[in-house]
Amino acid sequence: MADMAAHNAHHGQHDAFQHQFEDMEQQRDAGTFGMWVFLAQEIMFFGGIFGAYIVYRVLFHDAFEIGSNLLNVRFGAINTIVLIASSLTMAMAIHSAQAGKKGKTQVMYLLLTVLLGVIFLTLKFSFEWRTDYHEHLIPGFGFVIRNAWGGAGIHVPLFFCFYFFMTGLHALHMIIGIPIILVIAVMAWRNRFDEVYYAPLEMVGLYWHFVDIVWIFLFPLLYLVGGRYLSNGGQ
Amino acid sequence: MSTTVIAEIPGHERPSVERVNYLNVDHSVKSWLLTHDHKRIALLYLISITLMFFVGGFFAVLMRLNLIEPTGLVAPETYNKLFTMHGVIMVFFFLVPSIPATLGNFLVPMMIGARDLAFPRINLLSWYIYILGAAFTLYAVISGGVDTGWTFYTPYSSSFSHTSVIPTAVGVFITGFSSILTGLNFIVTIHKMRAPGLTWFRLPLFIWAMYATSVIFILGTPVIAITLFLLGLERLLHIGIFDPAIGGDPILFQHMFWFYSHPAVYIMILPGMGVMSELITAFSRKRIFGYTFVAFSSLAIAIISFLVWGHHMFVTGQSVYAGLIFSVLSFLVAIPSAIKVFNWTATLYKGSISYEAPMLYALGFIGLFTMGGLTGLFLASLATDVHLNGTYFIVAHFHYIMVGGAVMAYLGGLHFWWPKITGRLYPDAWARFAALVIFVGFNLTFFPQFVLGYLGMPRRYAVYPGEFQVLNVMSSAGASILGVGYLIPLIYFIWSFKYGPLAGPNPWGAKGLEWTTPSPPPTENFEEVPIVTEQAYNYAGTSESAHG
Ligand code: HEM
Ligand SMILES: [Cu+2]
Repeated sequence: MADMAAHNAHHGQHDAFQHQFEDMEQQRDAGTFGMWVFLAQEIMFFGGIFGAYIVYRVLFHDAFEIGSNLLNVRFGAINTIVLIASSLTMAMAIHSAQAGKKGKTQVMYLLLTVLLGVIFLTLKFSFEWRTDYHEHLIPGFGFVIRNAWGGAGIHVPLFFCFYFFMTGLHALHMIIGIPIILVIAVMAWRNRFDEVYYAPLEMVGLYWHFVDIVWIFLFPLLYLVGGRYLSNGGQ
Repeated sequence: MSTTVIAEIPGHERPSVERVNYLNVDHSVKSWLLTHDHKRIALLYLISITLMFFVGGFFAVLMRLNLIEPTGLVAPETYNKLFTMHGVIMVFFFLVPSIPATLGNFLVPMMIGARDLAFPRINLLSWYIYILGAAFTLYAVISGGVDTGWTFYTPYSSSFSHTSVIPTAVGVFITGFSSILTGLNFIVTIHKMRAPGLTWFRLPLFIWAMYATSVIFILGTPVIAITLFLLGLERLLHIGIFDPAIGGDPILFQHMFWFYSHPAVYIMILPGMGVMSELITAFSRKRIFGYTFVAFSSLAIAIISFLVWGHHMFVTGQSVYAGLIFSVLSFLVAIPSAIKVFNWTATLYKGSISYEAPMLYALGFIGLFTMGGLTGLFLASLATDVHLNGTYFIVAHFHYIMVGGAVMAYLGGLHFWWPKITGRLYPDAWARFAALVIFVGFNLTFFPQFVLGYLGMPRRYAVYPGEFQVLNVMSSAGASILGVGYLIPLIYFIWSFKYGPLAGPNPWGAKGLEWTTPSPPPTENFEEVPIVTEQAYNYAGTSESAHG
């Protein structure tokens, strides 16, 4: 008990200290390691759906090429750039904490990250998905199989099913990430992070980079591998 | 933390009314529902999974009643719902969380000399997630039930069944996240929070087993989550993912389902193996034979178990070569399991064995698990599986492992650590009697099913040809004995919690950090951080060098 009190007094400057740990360093270690374990879980989560996608892409090769060619690669490309930029600003936020910069600098980078994230989601939902809807490409919501697709047509909805599910799941991860970044930004505004203690900032950064990496795999798999540049698709 | 703990010298037990412990620090309901204490969360889980166990058991009783008559007593549609809800509840809501969420939650920090798990709030969250998942599933039960089998095979589950598939799938999906969070907490805690001197190879083998289980939680559970999500999508939006009539592929569902569910069967048995290593050493007063082999066999099981899922699909039209490979790999996964059985047996050899109730369960486990494992090899052989697939032989195989193995170990562990958890003893004579009743009832229930399956009685049917009646009646009679066997501990545990004689810190004279604290432990577990200088199970009191 006395031992415990000593601990808290010793690390009094950080009210973030939790009693089950021995010291601040162990707490930070545990937090970061926990985040990595969580990401391993995420990899299996996305891995399952990527695996299924690849199996079907091999099985229904033609249908998946037709589907891929119907996607608007311009939206995908712009969004890739936006997301990579947001990873950069996130890294800058962490760097400025490590370098002992003021809380306001960290907040600026965090808000930039959020802004880029919102741009990504806006492009995705209000432009890309809306166009898809008008072109009757959303399975379950008035999908129209076109005659031009021939025999492969019956499997085209499957491609779009995967497309919406995978990008939707990815977007969901961003939607969860943005409020968390905002909470962290408030903490940064109150000068909670410095070169000694920046674990929460680092952890949200890990998460955000992971979400980016998922997109880096999604973009070529969905938009590019369709063979757009090799064949003339099903048109 | 703000409470004052009266200094306690282990071994000098005072009446528990005086000493502040994790149970009596605060009696309010709020202090339980918002607790961050791993020990209290373990008790919350214990109560919840016990309830689910009896709900699942209720369906089993109805099934065995139905099968007394060859013509059946309930409508076939009802029977389909009974075995489905029995399987879903027992697998996902009892057996998967059983040992990790109760004994694991309680013991992982205590065994490694920590004050709590690394993330106490996440631990509490996992319990609420479990409750939410259970609520969905119970809603499915009340709203007419579900009839797909616990395996949810498509396209029946996605396009044809008219029952509550979606609520059940949502329930299982949600509960999966409680397992993931528990696994995450354990892995981080075991890596980062061991007491000074507690190296990896001084850890109790229960901890190794929890670690291996957690790895499967983390890597396997997300895949079943995605699979059930896709199933729900197909059912709701009628997009062909798994249903061939609308462009899907039903075999893919089976691949994805078993990719999780085979490792999941090891989620159910690995923790039991961990408990076994503790019980066998404590009641034969010997160090475990071949510590490192037992430790690494847990990890080997965790890894190989991800490579054998195809043995559930030998007759679903996968290629012959895939079948061959899965068959060989399934034989391989039996090796680490066999290593453990050999080492427990070797530990018994020349030990000073005593037959307290926990030990009776442990000895039962060795025999029953061995039967379950060996019959698994029958099923892993391609030619015999063609005959045995889809029969009662499989039902007997996995019940020998999941009930004869996992549930036995769970009960043995509960009896072993009950004095630590509650600070009180239970009536030993009753406990031994119950263990015996359970053993007899179990064998009478499930051994006839091996014979039935071999003779060709298919599983999952409400009716059967008359010549199978004798064996079925035997099985039903056994089930009622087994049911009584499970009720007896329920009664004396509840009694003991209030009226049992005080246990003292270490009633078994067992080794391990958890026995060095008072019973029940204070909220902080240890008055000061223990320093470990000896290896696990040092019953002989010898020095470090004598390994093995
Ligand atoms: C010792 C190694 C084991 C081997 C070689 C093995 C082998 C098999 C095989 C080949 C099957 C499929 C039979 C068929 O569908 O035709 C099977 C089914 C099953 N096994 Fe095992 N098994 C082993 C251990 C376990 C363990 C440890 C558990 C559970 C804790 C378990 C639980 C099950 C279950 C639940 C099924 C049936 C699933 C269903 O169709 O509903 N097995 N086993
Ligand atoms: Cu299996």
